Amino acid sequence: MTGSDNETAVSPGTPVLEAGWTAGGVTDKIAGIVLGRGGPWTRGWKAHWRWRSALLITFTGVLVFLASSTWLFMRGVGLFGVNIPVAWGFALGNFVWWIGIGHAGTFISAILLLLRQRWRTSINRYAEAMTLFAAGIAGLFPILHLGRPWFAYWLLPYPNRMELWPQWRSPLVWDIFAISTYLLVSLLFWYVGLIPDLASLRDKAGSRAKRLAYGLLALGWRGEARHWDHYETAYLLLAGLATPLVVSVHTVVSLDFSIGNTPGYHSTIFPPYFVAGALFSGFAMVITLAIPLRHYFKLQGFITLRHLDLAARVMLACSLLVAYGYASEIFTAYYSGDIYEIHMTEDRYVGVYAPVYWAYIACNVFIPQLLWWRRMRRNVIALLLISLIINAGMWMERFLIVVQSLHQDFLPSSWGVFIPTFWDWTFLLCSIALFVWLFLMFIRYLPLISMAEMRGLVHDTAEEQAP
Amino acid sequence: MKRRPPLFDHAAVAVETGAGSLADPGRRRVLKLMAASAALAGSGCSEPPQEKIFPYVDMPEGIVPGDPVFYASTLLRRGYGIGVLVETESGRPIKIEGNVAHPASLGAADAQMQAEILTLWDPERSRTVMQGQRLSTWPALIDALSQRRREEEHTGGRRLRLLTGPVTSPTLLAQIREVLAHFPEARWHIHDASDSGTRAAAAERVFQRPVRTLYRLDRARVVLSIDAELFGPSPDGVRNAHDFMIARRQSPRARLYALESTPSLCGSLADDRRAMSPLEMEAALETMAARLGAAGVAARSPGPPAAAAQGEHAPAVPTVADPPWLDKLCEQLMAARGACVVAPGPSLSVRAHVLAWRINALLGNIGTALIPLEQEGAQPWGGQPDVASAQGGEPIYPSNLTKLVEAMHDRSVDTLIMLDVNPVYDAPGSLDFAEALQHVPWSLHMGLYRDETAHRATWHVPMTHVLEDWSDARSHDGTPSIVQPVISPLYGGRSPHTLASLLATGQTISAHERVRTTWRGLWHEEGDDAFEDRWRTALGRGVIEGVPGTVKQPQGSILDEPPPRRASTAGAPSGDALVAVFANDSNLITGEYANNAWLQELPRPYTKITWDNAALISPATAQSHGLHSGDVVVLTATDAPASVRAPVWILTGQADGVVTLPLGYGRGLGGSTAAGHGFDAYPLQAVQEDIPQRTRVITMTPTGDRHDFARTQHDMDTHGREPARVVELRRNEASRNATAAPPSAARGAATPALPPRSRPPAPSLYPDHEYNTYAWGMTVDLDACIGCNACVVACQAENNIPVVGPEQVSLGREMLWLRIDSYRDETRHRTQFQPMACQHCENAPCEVVCPVGATMHDSEGLNVQVYNRCVGTRFCSNNCPYKVRHFNFFQYSLTDPSSAAHANPDVTVRQRGVMEKCTYCVQRISHARIQSQKERRRIRDGEVVTACQATCPTDAIVFGDMNDPDSQVSRSKSSSRGYAVLEEMNTRPRTTYLARIDDPEAGLEDDDDRKR
Repeated sequence: MTGSDNETAVSPGTPVLEAGWTAGGVTDKIAGIVLGRGGPWTRGWKAHWRWRSALLITFTGVLVFLASSTWLFMRGVGLFGVNIPVAWGFALGNFVWWIGIGHAGTFISAILLLLRQRWRTSINRYAEAMTLFAAGIAGLFPILHLGRPWFAYWLLPYPNRMELWPQWRSPLVWDIFAISTYLLVSLLFWYVGLIPDLASLRDKAGSRAKRLAYGLLALGWRGEARHWDHYETAYLLLAGLATPLVVSVHTVVSLDFSIGNTPGYHSTIFPPYFVAGALFSGFAMVITLAIPLRHYFKLQGFITLRHLDLAARVMLACSLLVAYGYASEIFTAYYSGDIYEIHMTEDRYVGVYAPVYWAYIACNVFIPQLLWWRRMRRNVIALLLISLIINAGMWMERFLIVVQSLHQDFLPSSWGVFIPTFWDWTFLLCSIALFVWLFLMFIRYLPLISMAEMRGLVHDTAEEQAP
Repeated sequence: MKRRPPLFDHAAVAVETGAGSLADPGRRRVLKLMAASAALAGSGCSEPPQEKIFPYVDMPEGIVPGDPVFYASTLLRRGYGIGVLVETESGRPIKIEGNVAHPASLGAADAQMQAEILTLWDPERSRTVMQGQRLSTWPALIDALSQRRREEEHTGGRRLRLLTGPVTSPTLLAQIREVLAHFPEARWHIHDASDSGTRAAAAERVFQRPVRTLYRLDRARVVLSIDAELFGPSPDGVRNAHDFMIARRQSPRARLYALESTPSLCGSLADDRRAMSPLEMEAALETMAARLGAAGVAARSPGPPAAAAQGEHAPAVPTVADPPWLDKLCEQLMAARGACVVAPGPSLSVRAHVLAWRINALLGNIGTALIPLEQEGAQPWGGQPDVASAQGGEPIYPSNLTKLVEAMHDRSVDTLIMLDVNPVYDAPGSLDFAEALQHVPWSLHMGLYRDETAHRATWHVPMTHVLEDWSDARSHDGTPSIVQPVISPLYGGRSPHTLASLLATGQTISAHERVRTTWRGLWHEEGDDAFEDRWRTALGRGVIEGVPGTVKQPQGSILDEPPPRRASTAGAPSGDALVAVFANDSNLITGEYANNAWLQELPRPYTKITWDNAALISPATAQSHGLHSGDVVVLTATDAPASVRAPVWILTGQADGVVTLPLGYGRGLGGSTAAGHGFDAYPLQAVQEDIPQRTRVITMTPTGDRHDFARTQHDMDTHGREPARVVELRRNEASRNATAAPPSAARGAATPALPPRSRPPAPSLYPDHEYNTYAWGMTVDLDACIGCNACVVACQAENNIPVVGPEQVSLGREMLWLRIDSYRDETRHRTQFQPMACQHCENAPCEVVCPVGATMHDSEGLNVQVYNRCVGTRFCSNNCPYKVRHFNFFQYSLTDPSSAAHANPDVTVRQRGVMEKCTYCVQRISHARIQSQKERRRIRDGEVVTACQATCPTDAIVFGDMNDPDSQVSRSKSSSRGYAVLEEMNTRPRTTYLARIDDPEAGLEDDDDRKR
């Protein structure tokens, strides 16, 4: 990235960027989406009924989410279908799922940046936003599921007069740190990346209010070389910081389970298996979001079929990793000869939750194999469907791990079944609504593709072509 | 001391009773009531009284606030007394324990006795005198009653009837005698829904007078239970269990066999059990009697004479074709001659009971292991004249319910006094008591609840709870004891003695005075001081010594008398017909405990059903009718238009062709907890020869409807795991060769031992705990556990464990800290019970995962739960391999005045959102520690007794300090039968179990012969 000084560079047309874009054109196009002018987006936001109705629907979901939470805090966690033995239900499954979805964003922004993968440029911004929203929503669920949520802060190590500290042997305490660190670093990374774009918006905004808002957020960015120098160093450092978090967060989340002694939880393969599953669902969500975005905002030139193809390949690889995890769990159960593990495994095949098991095997292992075919990877509709299926499949996998393992553990006398209640479904659906609502707000007010980096891409590709 | 507001304020009470009776209050009515309650609430909590008040400075003598005071008293079960100690805290009764001195308790208590405290405090108990549906007053009732007395006096009480339950109280008997003396033509009737009457009728036929059976199972070497619920909630159940366990712990080990129509506690404990219908049992008894040489008993083939006399419902008599097991059984009984018991149950016919007497006589058991006892007030069945003798001193014999209903139908009853009975609900359906009651112009009901009978009677008087006023009672073996009140009547009830005195003399007298008068007369003490001394001793000890029951020697006629020619047992099914057997519910008995939420939520031992009853059928019966558990069927009598709608439950071990119908459910009135659960089986019950029958031939028709049961355990299979282990009794070769099977051959039996552990305890990454003071531990002897559930309710009462209701139970959220696991042992064809509570693991998996340290190890080895600190992640429960933790998913604990009043003040009432579990009764440990520290000594062995341990009738639970090598628990831990559940998890639990002993030679059949 060398800045936008070269106004004359024109993209020559590469698999990751359409031909004919200039730095100014890219900025106008992306800023135009936010500011409601220019390009195909001429009629502005007010006339955009799709966005407005989606916002209305999801905002209703957000209100329901708030109302349900209030009711939950008033009545108690018994609103969920949880019981003894299945003391963790949808809330924990949703938590793991949302955290997993968050992963792809960090992976794309940090790891692909360090690996100098140029195709990340047009998708990293909204993927990071996705990460932030997903991780934030994920963070809500462990609190919502607490018996006494008003004491959630007791999990934090804070000085108090009774000199009580958290119990450090518990993975839930590690979780608190893992997730809060992750959220903080993701936020910083996202925000630092946004600063030059916010400055662009400040400069282009028509109304004074917008100029003021974007100006404050841009922290006085003037596009000086010194700014760019600091910016790029900070961005790289944050990428370096974020990189281990991609692995650590879900590893710690997986420890919530594998530290436990329950068959189905107690497994050494969980950390890599959870991370692979997280990337899997994360990339599925990236594609799920990319396809409508490029369609409605006419971004086919920026988010090309090449992008989709590459993301699909990552999904395929993750699918194979996840399948290896499934196979390894089965092998370990039988190889150990442990009757509890074997029973748990067989219960997956034929027990009450068997339909969920077979459904997610189909969703996560068999259907993604279609991605071996280039035609499938480049067929937008098929890809959207497959990524939605993978999202559903990964949710079912999380649900099964959390619930099925608990429902039949050691003493048959204590076995039971978890049946989700109305409230379980409400919280799941409303959390999706909250996510979509946040995302709609994001595309409305912030550039969904990094303008600065796109300008760099135009410049770089033009330079590469020139000699 | 802080001033407390009064527990009950009359205004609030009035509103509550009024609101309770509203079926469907309209909107306006609701608003009115709300306004009224708001106004009352404002007036209720205003300010301290105008007069000058003084703080509490002078403490009453003998009361230390915070220290419980125990009073000896007596609870009644079917009229018989069971001695208890009632723990009171600042004057509030909070817990019931058994009384060691009382022969029916010996320190133990059953589930119903434990739950009695909840009935005492039940805010839904009747509070006001009612005339019809109108509120009335006690003086108004006195007026009305004296008017009735004057009218009845003209005819000598010819149209006056008195209906009570079984009565053993010397005072009440004397008062009834006074009533009958004042009204010579009046009649006294007894109604007892919990017994069929066949037992009494047979005994009367044998002894020519009302006689009861007293079992001395401690003297028995072989016990045969034939549908007899020996350890059930009967007046002698606790004692029987205790006595049998004494016999079983001896060497050679006493043997127990069970023939039963539905699995009972006996069946689980038995060395062998056979499922069969009551008619098959009768045939078996007949064969046994023939085998044992009784004269006059017909040969087995072509069938018992019962068949010929059965009339049009002549059943296809099951020929007990001399099965090998019956041979073995007879051999065993013969070998234990004089020290065995054949115990027939209420489902059997009079004829079968007579046969059992004959067999017992032939075996020489009568007078040794089985004692016939005569007791005044017992119910005669035909042998005695119907007229109750009213001569002073002579025994008086009441008549039965059938005779009363006949008289009511004939309109020859004008005045009916019903004392603590609910015949509108629990009389056999064929009598139609409710209809008959309409022909009685003036009836009075006295009872704890405004129940079905109270609503139909012209007058209803609330009765005092047994712990609220003075009385007396005799135990099952005749030992008398005083019923001592522990609190003044909470809801303004009246004592039955007061009512009886009003009826007899027209004067009200306090129950206290009346009971003392009785004993003054019985003791013949010279001076007042001597009487007072003796009275005080009786109250202090809880029993009155030196007044035994009359022991009757067996009559010679037992052997000579020809057996009755009619079998009143319902015939065997022909075609689609089945036999319905009415059974006392293991929790509610016959419905008197229906408003007791503890007993409602107590899981039944075999089905684990709560809040409900089910028609129990065997898997084969279910298959032939195409039924699944939960299907609703209509059960119709074949000989009368009586039918009942009931959901079925398929129970392994149930006899084929038998439908067991637990009584006590389907209540319409009698409290909000009682009403609306289960089905009422009484409409199907019939009466034959005045005797309410416990069996009936029925057909079963599926309706296609489904019913969901709220159960606490869904899987009885062990899935190849060994939570409840069994060890075989091994014998040396010599005795093995001489395997004549009787128990005497078992001499020289080696102590059974489990195989040694396959691997030593694994190390833990965390450092071991050190215990310098005490190290508490527990053992549970599975060989002694009978699965009676007493410990579960004791734990609930001690630890303020809330009830959650059927919906929450269905969701898997019951709160009982101690549960009884039932596992079906398919190789031994029986069910094994296993009490399971927090195991207090040394390497507790719960402790490491709690993020806030709310569950910790204490310095004495307890795994403690800090409710204040718990945030409710529930990780500890997930990580507990025993799943013994319970979570307050909602605010389950009640904090209303009556719940608060009987809560144990030493135990926290838990808030919603916190985890809870067994604490090893840490409050009792603390209490003992404080005592010992005051006296500067160590806590003695046996000083800390947990609630479950205290109530266990068979002493299956041992608790104590494992640091003391001589403590009971240390000795128990060193048993070769000891093991830890899920030992391989290396949790190192402090609660360990002693494996059940299985005596392979005690089986009645070789394994390959076995068909079931």
